Order: sequence, then structure tokens, then C-alpha cells
Amino acid sequence: MEIQKTAVAGTLESSDAQVTVEPADGGIELLVESSVIHQYGRRIREVVLETLERLGVKNARVTVFDKGALDCTLKARVECAVYRSNGISENLPWGGVIQ
Amino acid sequence: MRNAVGREIPEEILKETGKQAFAGTYALNGYKYQKAAPTVRALCDPKREKLVGSIREALEKCGLRDGMTLSFHHHFREGDYVVNMVMDEVHRLGVKDITVCASSLGKANDAIVPYIEDGTITGIQSSGVRGKIGRAISVGRLKTPAIMRSHGGRVRAIETGEVHIDIAFIGAPTADEYGNLRANGGKSDCGVLSYAMADAEYADQVVAVTDCLVPFPNIPASISMVHVDYVCVVDAIGNPEKIATGAAKPTTDVRKLMMADYCTKFVTNTPYFKEGFSYQTGVGGASIASTISLGKIMEEQGIHMGLGLGGITTPMCELLEKGLIRKLVDTQDFDMGAIESIKRNPNHIEISASEYANPFNKGAYVNKLDFVILASLEVDVNFNCNVVVGSDGVITGAQGGHPDTAAGAKCTIVLTPLLQGRIPAVCSFVTAVTTPGETVDVVITEYGIAINPKRQDLIECMKEVELPFCTIEELRDKAYAIAGEPDPVRFDDRIVGIIEARDGTVIDVVRQIREYEFEDERGE
Repeated sequence: MEIQKTAVAGTLESSDAQVTVEPADGGIELLVESSVIHQYGRRIREVVLETLERLGVKNARVTVFDKGALDCTLKARVECAVYRSNGISENLPWGGVIQ
Repeated sequence: MRNAVGREIPEEILKETGKQAFAGTYALNGYKYQKAAPTVRALCDPKREKLVGSIREALEKCGLRDGMTLSFHHHFREGDYVVNMVMDEVHRLGVKDITVCASSLGKANDAIVPYIEDGTITGIQSSGVRGKIGRAISVGRLKTPAIMRSHGGRVRAIETGEVHIDIAFIGAPTADEYGNLRANGGKSDCGVLSYAMADAEYADQVVAVTDCLVPFPNIPASISMVHVDYVCVVDAIGNPEKIATGAAKPTTDVRKLMMADYCTKFVTNTPYFKEGFSYQTGVGGASIASTISLGKIMEEQGIHMGLGLGGITTPMCELLEKGLIRKLVDTQDFDMGAIESIKRNPNHIEISASEYANPFNKGAYVNKLDFVILASLEVDVNFNCNVVVGSDGVITGAQGGHPDTAAGAKCTIVLTPLLQGRIPAVCSFVTAVTTPGETVDVVITEYGIAINPKRQDLIECMKEVELPFCTIEELRDKAYAIAGEPDPVRFDDRIVGIIEARDGTVIDVVRQIREYEFEDERGE
């Protein structure tokens, strides 16, 4: 998928993450800030990159403000932001690329 | 060398400080020593007055100079003004290399961070540190390693002379002009002055700081005039709204209520739960909920607590009022209800921190505990607890009475949610050890309860009890399955903190934190 426009998903509440995707050229540019960066920074980046790959996002600037979200929450926020950037909010591919 | 809880303690730090590595909770049982003594300046001329006009005058009269150790208590908690007011004046006088020896330091003392950075303060000895001071220490701003001691360990250090206090500043809600100090009857009441008592007896010079001067004699005094050199009256020693809040509303968090129910069921099924039992609990939501639910069972079964100990909260005072507790023995008051209770209930009694928890006197109250209900930032699969260093490596908490009560009580219960946000509270290795696992008997989480295998007697008496028992490893595995296994925090080599066991040996060290870098950004 392409990132058509800037989109945001998630909140800055504890145990959530706020994910912003913006259009970009030349691959994935990822910025992660996290309240648990020391213990889970590596894992957060892995999860975000895996999710983008699964959605077929090749070019994007992605910013994650993480407040201790679990992997499932991170995935959901990335998926939501990417679909929002495409203006898609119905007929989502549940069980397909959205897992 | 590796100490008795398996932590690597560098030889250099032992050599530099003259401390020994931790060898087990009761390794120094029977240790003999001669107590330290202060240098006293006699007052035999009744015409000499103790009142001074300002903190500055007090500092000058005490002969403040570089390298001195100043002490403080933390009974005003988040409302304390005394530490900042004194250190502001020390800074103005241009004095350097001060060691601050406080019973604890909190967010209220954030204002002294610049004095750490400019070398006014080069040593900190405290139960722990929260807020900006903790961060400043963790990033390496303090010249010497901070020393963290339990409440009992602090008194031990003072009485053995391990730390010598040059000037003690004792904030007192009321004082008379001759230095009889009380914790109540003024505008900044804090209930008790327990933590300041050792300072009063062992400091060379003692300055009382009050915002409520009362007629002589201010008795019965928590701290007697015989220990006090000067009395300084200031506008305010603390912010009453932050010294004691209203009683915390009983929690409605179903996880905490569930843990409280588990805890009460566990407690009431041990052989220690019988007429006259003794008990201490903390101020966390789950601890308070478990006190309330235990109270109901005590009432139903007609069982009375002989001794309620510790930092006191309203629910304990309510049990006292109901006649369910015989003596409530107090070292710190956490809310208004506790302060009001000690003012009017003759069975609610103030004790010194030494009586409470000092491992090197001839027997402290903690040794008489049947139960203590504690919280913990982290607990590892060897039941070691960490209450000082956050999982991100930054010093963020205090030992308090945690290791003291755990060492003393027959049954030490740690209540903790399995995850704190994403961070597993039950883990393979705690970030730092503050309380040795050999003194921790039970860990209760909302996902299950683990009994220390060392306590086969407790395992045996819980055989028929319907509670979700499992092993501590199973608890950890559940936490890791939900949150993922955490990466170890990366530290630099420099030691910024020493965590003393209550007997003064080194149970762990805290190193300077390293800013986080992603693997591919690390220049390695």
C-alpha cells in the first residue's frame, strides 16, 4: 500500500501508542520514542516494520510515540494509520493482511 | 565478587568504601560494636538562648564548612520545605562538598538538583530518591555514589558511626524556645517524628526548624530539648496539603481487589492468623484493600491484632477504633486520618526508627511481625525484590522499611500486578536487589500466587486452600508471554549508587544509565 496522506492512530494513554504515517520517498523512515525503550525498543521497531511489510508499505515516514503498548496494540495502531492514510475505513481485510 | 544474592560487587567499590559484600540476611547476628557518640557543647548558663533569627544564622553558629554532613527527615513527605530552605542557604554561603543524609528524598526536593550539579552537594545518603534527584544521580551528576539504606539500616549506620552527622536539621510542627519538639499541634502536623530521633541523639549539632513556636514546655516531646542546640522559626516548614492527604479512596480496580482477596485468604489460612497476631502493610491500593477485607474477617471470627506496625493509614486506624487492634505502633503517617488518630487515641503510639527496624540494636519491632504485606517494582524468580531502581535503570524509589520488615516478619507477602504497564513485575533478574529473596515468602499477583519453595511449611498448610497457586517461574513466563521478554537495560561502568543491605553490607550497586541506541545505530 502507498501512504496517500498523513494519518494518525492511537493515543498517548498509558499502554497505548500513537502512530503517525506520512508520505515519503526512498523507503521506510522510522522514529520510535517509548517509555519502555530500554527493554522493548528493539521489539517495537520489529513489530512496526513487520506490520508495514505485511501491509506492503514500501515508502513512509513513520513516527511512534509508545507508552508501553503490547505488540497487538502496536500492530493495530500501525494498520489503522496506514488504512486511514488511504481513506479506507470500511470493508477492511480482517483475517487477511489485518491479523 | 559475587555476593549472597548473586550480584557482582566490584572489589574496587568495597575497597573504596570499606564495606563488605552481602553475606546473608542474618550473617551479622550477634555482631558487637561500640556505639558512636556526638560531640556536645554544654549549656549550663540559663541566660544563653537557643533561638536564632534565620537558617543562615543557624548555619553560621554551627560553623558550617566544606565537607560537612547535614541530615534531614522526610515526615513532611511531598510537602517538605526544610531540605530546600537549608540547602538554598548553604549554597548562598558558597559552601561545597556537603553530604545530605536524609531519611528519604522525594519530588519535593527537586530544587536541590542544581546544587548537585555545581558541587554544593557531593554526597547523598537516603532511603532512596524519587523525581529529578534520582535521574540526576542515575545520569552521573553526583560526585560520589549515592548510598541507599533502609529505615533500619540508616539508624544502624548512624549508631555505629558509619555516618557521622555534623548538623541535623529537624523540621518540627511545634517547638518551644528551648527545643522540645512535637509532631502535632501546629500548622504542618506530621503525626510523628520517628525518623529524626536518631539524628537528634547522634548529630554533633541539632537545629530545630519550626513554623509554630509554642510556650515552654512543649511536652510530651517527641524530641527533647536535651538534644537541641538551636531553634529557628520560619514562615512555613511544609505544605500541609502535601504532608498528608485525605484518606485514599478504597480502590475500585478489580485487579487490585482480586489480589487483596487472595491476600486475605492466604493470611487467614496460615497458622499465624490467630488472636494477638501482628501485621504491617503499605499504602498501595491493593495493600489497603487487603487491610479492609482482613478487618471484616477479624470481626467475623473475633480475632484481634495485638500489634499493627509501620507507616500508618486510615484503614488501620479504623480497625483500632473498632477495638480490633490493641496497639498501633507508628513511625510515619500517610494521611490525615492517621495524624488525627495519633493525637487522640492512647493506643496509637509513636516509636523511633531504631525501635522500628534497626538490625543492630537489641531487638526491633519488625522482629515481632507475623505478617508484612509489601509492594515491589520487580521481583525475580529467586524472590529477590527491587524497590529502588526502575526497570529503565533510573533510581526512582526508596527502600523504606521493605528489607527490614521482610527480614523480621514470619510471613512476608509481596502484592504486585503481574505487569506494570508493559513491564513484567515478575522477571528473571531484577534491575537491582534491595530485598533478598530468602526473606520473601509469597508473591501474589492477579494471575497467580507463588510461594517461596524455601517455605515448605506454608506450601503444606495451603494444600487444601483454593487459590491459584503456581511457581514463580510460571508467573514470569505468563508475564513474558503477554509483554514479551524485556531486553536487559544497558549501563555504563561507573557506579552511581550503592544499595546497602540493612546490616550495612553491599547488596547491589547501581550504575550510570546509558542513553538508548538502536542496535544498528550503536558505534560498536
